[in-house]
Amino acid sequence: MYANSSRYVGLLFMTPALLFVAVFVLYPLAHLVYTSMTDASLLGGGEFVGLENYVKAFSDRGFWRSLWFTVSYTLYITPVLMGLGFLAALLTTENTRLKQVTRGAIFLPVVIGLATSSFIWLWLFDQQVGLFNRLLVDFGILDKPLVWFRKADLGQLAVIISVTWKIVGFGMILMVAGIQSIGDDLIEAAMIDGASYWQRVRRIILPLAARSILLATLISAIGSMLAFDQFYIMTGGAPRGQTFTSVYWIYQNSFVYFKLGYGSALSLILMVIIMAGAAVQIALTSRKGSS
Amino acid sequence: MSDIPLERGAVSVSTRRVGTRLPARVIVALICWLVIAIMAWPLVMSFLASFKPEAEVTAVPPDYLPHSFSLQSYLKVYGYQAGLPTYLFNSFMVAFLTIVFCLALAVPAGYGLARFHVPFKEVLFLVLLASMMIPYQALLTPLFLMFTKLGLTNNHVGLAIIHTILQLPFSVYVMRNAFEGIPRELEEAAIVDGCSPLQILGRIFMPLAMPGMVTVSLFAFIMSWNEFLAALIFMSKETAFTLPVLLTGVIDSFYGSVSWGPLQAGVVVSVIPCIAIYFLLQRYYVSGFLSGAVK
Repeated sequence: MYANSSRYVGLLFMTPALLFVAVFVLYPLAHLVYTSMTDASLLGGGEFVGLENYVKAFSDRGFWRSLWFTVSYTLYITPVLMGLGFLAALLTTENTRLKQVTRGAIFLPVVIGLATSSFIWLWLFDQQVGLFNRLLVDFGILDKPLVWFRKADLGQLAVIISVTWKIVGFGMILMVAGIQSIGDDLIEAAMIDGASYWQRVRRIILPLAARSILLATLISAIGSMLAFDQFYIMTGGAPRGQTFTSVYWIYQNSFVYFKLGYGSALSLILMVIIMAGAAVQIALTSRKGSS
Repeated sequence: MSDIPLERGAVSVSTRRVGTRLPARVIVALICWLVIAIMAWPLVMSFLASFKPEAEVTAVPPDYLPHSFSLQSYLKVYGYQAGLPTYLFNSFMVAFLTIVFCLALAVPAGYGLARFHVPFKEVLFLVLLASMMIPYQALLTPLFLMFTKLGLTNNHVGLAIIHTILQLPFSVYVMRNAFEGIPRELEEAAIVDGCSPLQILGRIFMPLAMPGMVTVSLFAFIMSWNEFLAALIFMSKETAFTLPVLLTGVIDSFYGSVSWGPLQAGVVVSVIPCIAIYFLLQRYYVSGFLSGAVK
């Protein structure tokens, strides 16, 4: 048992971190709400305009287009990442030497930056000097090198390929942990009962790893909803702004057009969407502690 | 397909069934090698291309392997604008400060959370995790206004603060777990010996929580080193760029004379510390990853 005074000692130890959060997270958050109701720009201004920015946002076709583009990107890439991640987890979940090396190789791109990986793929996809184009031609998949970033859907596909390479190991490692926590005895019992490999996957591994899969899906979907680096570097929003993501559109408004008030309103709208997802994530995360 | 008896001993769980046709194991091994090749290919190509002379990097169609060895691309990046040493220094300095801030805040906070009765402890814990729920992308506008006033734009400390906002929830989480894992008896013995809470933290807990601190530092480094959006916004001056921002400059500025070689050289320089750290501290990395995301 602790002495009575130690409750304040504990609080004292937490104070620096709490102050930091107050100054650099909570205060900016309050300021964001305020700025979103002004016409502030980087060049000055800051008249209170009430909900005008929000009204403007609802009729801003660029914003809706960017939001829809982000949602569609998330809807395309999340199943790809989770599906391949799950297959990779099944492939490498045993701790043999080769499988550990495979797991390490799949996880390796997770540690390099998303920006850096986008720069690698920007080059690999280049129509003239890109080796990925050359590879596709050599394998007979393409007749001639493709211009990937002139059409929105092709650009999106290119980004999905590159991001899948970069981040598939993330879901894999969460699912490997989920699968490994299933007892061997359960799987062996199913084997004795004559369950085939895919039956075991469907009836035992998939349901019991469901929580890790759901968690990986949420984290990954939130990440995709906040996508910026890969599109800024690879498509630059081209063609004609069709590949702007929400964060990219906010960046454009706040830091390219200097419309800080309007950018703040857009940020808040996006934040509410993201927070709903994050709340689910935290609920899932903390449940394990009580079980 | 022929039935070949399985070797004993070396058989893996998934193929232990009697009468399984051997190819399953061989096929799995082949798939593993194929996957390794696919994952390694982009990095290997980038690495090789960084040593190609300019004529080879710009050749259409490109060849996979270099025919001769050249440091031309590296020299170009080295001399780009303020020079690579400046940019390396910026990236290292911001990452270093991020590590310092994360440890300075998360170690005491984790200790307080793990070892003391604090009023409204779980609420305060959630406050510390706030920036996990609030995407930092949304906070960049008010933070930019604030940092402009404080003179913290184009400043190592400023960007390190942003990176600390991002990394603090994970750090607090890891440190709380690390301190909670230390047996109570050690602490009680120290109290009997008359140590103050601060002494207990410094002499007993911190050495024992070293793995947690390594994990915090490791993740802070990799995140800070790679972070792009805040660096792009807050480090707008040519001399303040970090490496990822520098690369956007490399690609823009050499247009016309085509910059693919220098770009790949820059990529290699950016990637090496991450990969080196990953191989050295893989154990901490993977376990930290799981504890941060799963637990």
